[in-house]
Amino acid sequence: MGGSKMDVMTSIDSGKLSPKKIALYVVLALVAIGLPVYFQSVGNAFMVHIFALVGIYIMLSLGLNIVVGYAGLLDLGYIAFYGMGAYVGVLLGYVFQGITGGPGSALAGFSYWFLLIPAALAGALTGIALGTPVLRLRGDYLAIVTLGFGEIVRIALTNNIGGLTNGSAGLPRVGEIIVPAAGQKWVYLNLSSANFTFSKDLFWYFVIVALVLLAVFVIRRLDNSRLGRAWVAMREDEVAAAATGVNIMQTKLWAFSLGAMWGGVAGITYAYWVGFISPESFNFMESVLVVCMVVLGGMGSIPGAALGAVIIAGLPEIIRYLAQSPLLSGVLTAEQASAIGDYRFLIFGGLMVVMMALRPQGILPSKRRARELTEAEAIIEEENESLWEAEHKHDTPHGL
Amino acid sequence: MSIDLSTVPQQIVNGVTLGGMYALIALGYTLVYGILLMINFAHSEMFMAGAYFGLLFLNILSKVAFFTSSTLGFILLYVIVFLLAMICTGILGMLTERFAYRPLRHAPRLAPLISAIGVSLFLQNAALLWISSRSIPFPVLFPVKNYRIAGANVSTLQILIVVSTILLLIGLDTFISKTKIGKAMRATSQDRDAAGLMGVNINSVIALTFFIGPALGGAAGMFSGMYYGNIKYNMGFIPGIKSFTAAVIGGIGNLRGAMLGGFILGFIEAIAAGFLSSGYKDVIAFLILILVLIFRPGGLLGESVVEKV
Amino acid sequence: MMFGGLKALNNIDFHIDEGEVVALIGPNGAGKTTFFNLMTGIYKPTMGTLTFRGQSLGGRKPHRICEMGIARTFQNIRLFQNMTTLENVMVGRHTRTNAGPFRAVLRTPGFKREEQHTVDEARKWLKFVGMEKKANELAKNLPYGDQRRLEIARALASEPKLLLLDEPAAGMNPQESASLTKLVSRVRDSGVTVLLIEHDMKVVMDIADRIFVLDFGEKIAEGLPAEIQRDPKVIEAYLGSGADALLAEN
Repeated sequence: MGGSKMDVMTSIDSGKLSPKKIALYVVLALVAIGLPVYFQSVGNAFMVHIFALVGIYIMLSLGLNIVVGYAGLLDLGYIAFYGMGAYVGVLLGYVFQGITGGPGSALAGFSYWFLLIPAALAGALTGIALGTPVLRLRGDYLAIVTLGFGEIVRIALTNNIGGLTNGSAGLPRVGEIIVPAAGQKWVYLNLSSANFTFSKDLFWYFVIVALVLLAVFVIRRLDNSRLGRAWVAMREDEVAAAATGVNIMQTKLWAFSLGAMWGGVAGITYAYWVGFISPESFNFMESVLVVCMVVLGGMGSIPGAALGAVIIAGLPEIIRYLAQSPLLSGVLTAEQASAIGDYRFLIFGGLMVVMMALRPQGILPSKRRARELTEAEAIIEEENESLWEAEHKHDTPHGL
Repeated sequence: MSIDLSTVPQQIVNGVTLGGMYALIALGYTLVYGILLMINFAHSEMFMAGAYFGLLFLNILSKVAFFTSSTLGFILLYVIVFLLAMICTGILGMLTERFAYRPLRHAPRLAPLISAIGVSLFLQNAALLWISSRSIPFPVLFPVKNYRIAGANVSTLQILIVVSTILLLIGLDTFISKTKIGKAMRATSQDRDAAGLMGVNINSVIALTFFIGPALGGAAGMFSGMYYGNIKYNMGFIPGIKSFTAAVIGGIGNLRGAMLGGFILGFIEAIAAGFLSSGYKDVIAFLILILVLIFRPGGLLGESVVEKV
Repeated sequence: MMFGGLKALNNIDFHIDEGEVVALIGPNGAGKTTFFNLMTGIYKPTMGTLTFRGQSLGGRKPHRICEMGIARTFQNIRLFQNMTTLENVMVGRHTRTNAGPFRAVLRTPGFKREEQHTVDEARKWLKFVGMEKKANELAKNLPYGDQRRLEIARALASEPKLLLLDEPAAGMNPQESASLTKLVSRVRDSGVTVLLIEHDMKVVMDIADRIFVLDFGEKIAEGLPAEIQRDPKVIEAYLGSGADALLAEN
């Protein structure tokens, strides 16, 4: 009775590090850290910008993955949370600036850091506000209603609701600035050299990477918990889950608000990085894109959602870049590569149709689905554990 | 917010015109939903396709002298262009069903919805890339006259649209309730398996639904092109959502409900545009949608369905 | 209970005592599963009252009812197919645990203790139904008989006072049914009251303390197994299907 402590994490990832996994992480780290630095050093600011942008989309994709992938709720208005985070972050930023002595003061630069949590909260609260009346609706109705909500938010922002948002002219207003985050300048001054500029984009890229890592960390822990199991159960069979004691409304609300929270974080980060926001960035097409990322990459899977974001947000640019380089110049001309960028929505739309028919679980499905293939592995592990227990039966409890 | 009552007749006229178009599109949503329990997200692109097909045929056929030389000619021109546009849109609809939705007929409900989003994305961008990213003018080739009726300006265009819409609605209603095929469609929407057992060819019925619905949507697209004078690749998005709202108001799956809902929404919108700031005009439809789905998902004429466990 | 214009259940007057095993039988369509669905909050009663241990059940959400101590299995097995056996039962512990997302993310000692306890309890219930060796198999890969037992384990994990079993012996061969009968006995002995819907008359006769008979949504008989066997109304309602088993027992 009572399996070993390792059994506690029975869902998706057992947490064991195989050499293969370690190698993969190392490669990922090299790419994620090394490539942008490389691009910066050769002066390719565009690619650095793309890396940061992809990072933002990874965050959005991870957040939506909680809603769509874990809880099975199709949200077509996810971008509204992104917009809320951005606008709340900027508007509160002006307040913060005002309190700390104006845009030039030393403390004003900390507005981003202080306001990360309020922006996350803004996202989460919007999620709760929307979710409470709406989450009892059936799947397809929910999709349309969330679409409507997303549009309402966008229209409200465009129409300068409450006189706050400056309408389609966006923020900052003339004469205001979105204060650069503290640390940005320091890094620029101290980590740059004659040949290498630690630019604003690079600085924000690393901030985004840190946030993405945090997101992955938090989401994985959520996944491996009572709530995570409730999400899977609910997605598998809502009626059975309810009869088994899962509070469906509450479970859905948690998914919705936790997912929305990351949208808010992404929003404020985008705002302070780019330095300008307008309602047009928070439109329906963006929501659809993020849905595509989650669906294409693999619903319910963290690496899948991230991969989806990389492919949809990054691949067209990467192809364009490669076409200019010696690597692909034989295969694709620069014009053709550019054309791929233009055709991307067409391709993604077609991909969605094809994916649903052929591989609805996405490119990198969650291990849960892949697990049947490695079932044999699991049985062997279990047998090894029983052996261990038998051998150590006589150890004193303290020894363990 | 000033209430100027003298504009009310005008709002009524506008409302009926708009409502007719919404009703046509809403029928497409409701027909498909009634049979497959699926929201055809790509239906808004059928609306757009109808407009583009219409423009295409208009351009081709208006070069033929006969059509532009007499009133009869114009009438024939438009009737033929309409029929051709509707048929082409209908075929497009059938193709999307065949390739994007039929493989998913037994998949969980979200799969066809996601696929539909993909189709919508694909069609919009196809129009964007292969035709134009800009707004294209849609010519009205016959002289448009304005009449003054009961205090409102009514143009021949509006009369044409309203009359055609009513004809189409009556035609559909008759088709569904009086013909054998219509009965087969109704049976399929009530109980697909039983209808199949009774000898109804389910695939044919579904294909037909995906012909009629998009064809009606396409007709509305042409009307829109003529009415507003231009068409664009993304013209379907907002009218699509609004028409879906109309279908829900009337009771999704209920044909007469969709017609009723269309006109109701058209009225509400015309009045709101007249009296409220036009920036928020679209919000009205979204708000109504959310409120109806939350508080009365069965709509005005529909019924609720209890899921048997 | 009305569905549209159809009265699925009418005038049902039921009383179950603690510690009993009661069987609900009747021809197909009699309304037995509808009754279960009413009791577990999937349907709301259109008329009448439903009480459990003095508290009203009518109109409550299913998870609340589970919290109050009623658990169930389903006629068409409803397991969480892509979760393992162990995970399925762990979900059963949901009502008796309460760690929320914050504690999950922070991995507090309380959270870890609760998770370990959940695993331990789940294993305990798997052992109770005899499936502890299959803990890591995906539910959908289990043989049919095991799936039924898993559903029971999952229901038991929520520590119910009343267990509703919807045709647990359906599709089982005689050995499996006998084994199921023993399992239900053990459940009763552990202090859980059992109400089961069942068509397999041998199982019913072996395990039930009392029997209720439904037909066309109404209760047509109630009593001890021996009485029910002889009741002409019951025999007529079945018109031969299963009546042979009823008569054979005599």
